[in-house]
Amino acid sequence: MMRALDRKVLRDLWHLRGQVLTIGMVVAAGIAALIMSLSTLEALDETTAAYYERYRFGDVFAMVKRAPESVTPRIAALPGVRSVQTRVLRFATVDIEGFAEPVMGEIVSVPAGRQPILNQLVLRSGRLPAGASRDEVVLNEPFAEAHGLVVGDRIVAIINGKRRELGIVGTALSPEFVYALGPGALMADDKRFGILWMEREALAAAFDLKGAFNSVSLDLERNANIHQVLQQLDSLLERYGGIGSIAREDQLSNWFVMNEMEQLRTMSMILPTIFLVVSAFLTNMVLGRLVATERGQIGLMKAFGYSRAEVGAHYAKFVVGIVIVGSLIGIAVGTWLGLINTRMYTNLFRFPMLLYRPSTSAMAIAISVSLVAALSGAAGAVSQAAALPPAQAMNPPAPTVFRRMRLWDTRAARWLDQGSRIIVRNILRSPLRSMLTMSGVSASIGLLVLAIQWNDSLDYLAESYFFHAQHQDATIGLAEPQSETVLRDFAHLPGVLAVEPMRIVGADFSAGPMTHRGSITGLKSDAWLQPIFDDATGRVVPVPAGGLVLGTVLADKLGVSTGDTVRFEILEGRRPELELPVVGLIETYIAMPAFMNIDALNRLLKERPSAEYVNLLVDSRDEPAFYRKMKELPLVSAVMLRRAAIDSFYATLVENIMVFITLFSVLACALGFGVAYNSARIALSERGRELATLRVLGFSRGEISYILLGEVGVLIVAALPFGCLLGRGLSVLMAAAFETELFRVPLVVDGGTYGLSILIALTATVLSALLVRHRVDHLDLIEVLKTRE
Amino acid sequence: MTTTLIARDLTKIYRSGEVEVHALRGVDLDLYEGELVVILGPSGSGKSTLLNIIGGLDAATSGLVRFRDHELTGADESALTRFRRDHVGFVFQFYNLIPSLTAEENVALVTEIAQRPLDPGEALGIVGLGERRHHFPAQLSGGEQQRVAIARAIAKQPEILLCDEPTGALDSETGVLVLEAIDQVNRELGTTTAVITHNTVIGSMADRVLHIADGAVAGIDENTSRRSPKELAW
Repeated sequence: MMRALDRKVLRDLWHLRGQVLTIGMVVAAGIAALIMSLSTLEALDETTAAYYERYRFGDVFAMVKRAPESVTPRIAALPGVRSVQTRVLRFATVDIEGFAEPVMGEIVSVPAGRQPILNQLVLRSGRLPAGASRDEVVLNEPFAEAHGLVVGDRIVAIINGKRRELGIVGTALSPEFVYALGPGALMADDKRFGILWMEREALAAAFDLKGAFNSVSLDLERNANIHQVLQQLDSLLERYGGIGSIAREDQLSNWFVMNEMEQLRTMSMILPTIFLVVSAFLTNMVLGRLVATERGQIGLMKAFGYSRAEVGAHYAKFVVGIVIVGSLIGIAVGTWLGLINTRMYTNLFRFPMLLYRPSTSAMAIAISVSLVAALSGAAGAVSQAAALPPAQAMNPPAPTVFRRMRLWDTRAARWLDQGSRIIVRNILRSPLRSMLTMSGVSASIGLLVLAIQWNDSLDYLAESYFFHAQHQDATIGLAEPQSETVLRDFAHLPGVLAVEPMRIVGADFSAGPMTHRGSITGLKSDAWLQPIFDDATGRVVPVPAGGLVLGTVLADKLGVSTGDTVRFEILEGRRPELELPVVGLIETYIAMPAFMNIDALNRLLKERPSAEYVNLLVDSRDEPAFYRKMKELPLVSAVMLRRAAIDSFYATLVENIMVFITLFSVLACALGFGVAYNSARIALSERGRELATLRVLGFSRGEISYILLGEVGVLIVAALPFGCLLGRGLSVLMAAAFETELFRVPLVVDGGTYGLSILIALTATVLSALLVRHRVDHLDLIEVLKTRE
Repeated sequence: MTTTLIARDLTKIYRSGEVEVHALRGVDLDLYEGELVVILGPSGSGKSTLLNIIGGLDAATSGLVRFRDHELTGADESALTRFRRDHVGFVFQFYNLIPSLTAEENVALVTEIAQRPLDPGEALGIVGLGERRHHFPAQLSGGEQQRVAIARAIAKQPEILLCDEPTGALDSETGVLVLEAIDQVNRELGTTTAVITHNTVIGSMADRVLHIADGAVAGIDENTSRRSPKELAW
């Protein structure tokens, strides 16, 4: 048998269903956001862990020029090493029939006819390359799909300068290339970058690495000291041209996956907090009103002998009811969004499996957090209800006292009609509530600004990176550093208008106790195709004759500034250890570059003038001929086209940002709608009698709607600038939270973004106002006049 | 004598669930120009329903209501709003002042939308509250609030003044002051006035008394002389 008071809770919830539902929606938005991010996070976490585990993703990776296989046992003997996988790994140009542009391939060796020990392949079709045949290849699945290639098709690769026709025997995925990023690329581009797995012996022969390897991957014991392993591996490989080993956390593909998860984690903190705070304020508002209208009933309950605790619990149950409604919606929506989100990532990252189940811990966290938020929001009203002495409670509350301010005698106030005076006085009468309503609407606009400005920021980043900092049409990677005479050869290629050499060498920087493994880019003093570009000033910085120009992020990491000296060890050739002064600092959005003069760099390396990258300006009319040539040149190992990079950047952006913006917009609308609706509904409940009186006095529906909704309207309009400011503030926070060594998103908010955010938020609030307007139109004129408030 | 308002054979049936309540069963009523009519009846007799219908707040189930040459029967919502706005002044039992507006502003609320209004100050002067024009409702006594309500009702110079239990929430002494204000308005401005009450004493200040019982007119008394509210007590 249900207790009478509990029936009352259910009936109150039903009676106030509009408000219960709209607050429930705000609670649901918070819960959904939390469940979505935590479930996705858990799914990604478990999926990557299982994927890495099952396909034995390495713990350590190292590249070397040419190390004999005899080193392998010595690597295996290093303390903490469980298994070693050596291999041959090179870049090559791939020629695919029907695709004009040259395609880049990363060729990775696998043992004949069997899986490697580490970094195993997930065969999606066909088989592994067999031992006998030298022209069999397994392609990574996204690349094969992007070109419609299937087992049995043939492609051409320029392997160490020779055109080789390869037969596709299989397609595969690999934990090593979850996010397959080509050299120099910002976004994955499956059309222009592919992984080619080939048989080890065939590759070794082609690259003159018989009985040797140029890439090694390790699997470590659970308790291994990774730093020690990295150091020992580096010193072992140093004499064979090792360019520095890296741990799994710095491996490119894994870094991207982990970074994405880190962003989700940040999001799972920021978003739900906003919604739960707002839902706390809304429950406070609605419950406060409920208690006010039920003063008499509270007095009666207490007169009958219900204790404070029982009365308090009664109203607390009402809050629990709201949270239950919100939780049910939130769990359903959050679980669904989580699945969509996880699928999106699975698509982006090409996991062969998907371990998604709605996170029960996320649900538990979400529900308890929102319960605590709603109850603490309602605490004031609940305790007020519990504390009312019965005799006082049964009397109507004292009438609201309004005070006349001098302001009203001013000439300026005189033009205000009485309706507008009612609006202004009601806003001023309860400043706290007015402020909370404004905060809710501001939060809604703020979220929209936050979401939409990502587009502006990334657009600005792309503009700066692709259009101001770069002017070349193609960047050509050479298999080996070549003497500068190669520039003349490139200059004579069809369509080439300008040629510029570039050299990038790996380097270990240090300053005092601070270290960083990165690279130094050498540029000609008159470089203009890819100059040193300062993103902060938007200006090109001249290449210094001597000394380094550092990106500020690198300078900050090393704790140096202009005039200080930086030590560095170059990770190739003779591995010289050098010192240079910092002669300039620049701001960059991408990576942590260090620039110096290419001639100075070559002198330090004691090499003749040489380059391993060539930037080219190409006449677009000659592109087809140019591409044909690129596919044939033996010394070309990589071709990076600026236009292709821009295209893939925007394609990825549009796809992912739109999902992001849509999601945020829906959540923000729920917020704006919930706040505006509840504010107007409570105002209506408090002042229904006043409005009905006005109707009787001959005011039209429109006129009294103006008085009621005008109040909410004024608050909403007043909230607009704050919402924009809040949005900007949130964007600053988010940009800071998402800052990584690879990426810094500049803070840019276009005027149109503010406009669009305001428009969306206004639409939501106007809709809620219309709902309330509907109620205003059906006010019972007779009833309100008969009863005393 | 010209009639300001005619009602014929009014019936009003409220349905709540399966129960039908006959609030009015065929009421005829004429309000003559400039007269003061008291509609007298116990609670539940249907007098408020009658007032609501002739005031354009509610529609009759059947019958006819005509204000001068306006047909109110079957008029739509906006026509009724127009009627109330332009021709009727209301005074309620619980005053129904807007708490966020001062006395003067409460009156101005109506004068701003009226066609030939009095000055709000003048209207407050008629009910003797010229001094308190800048006070908010919470700063006024019940009698004073009701007099502001009367000032608000007459400030638009309505053709009909409808008062629903205007002294119902007041003690006898204060009630007399309010009735005096109504009496004064009726005499000085010549506003046709109907006062609803269950208080038989008040009947003696009227030109005519309409007795309502069980939703029908039980009788009409015509007073040969109106007593001054000052002489009334209950």
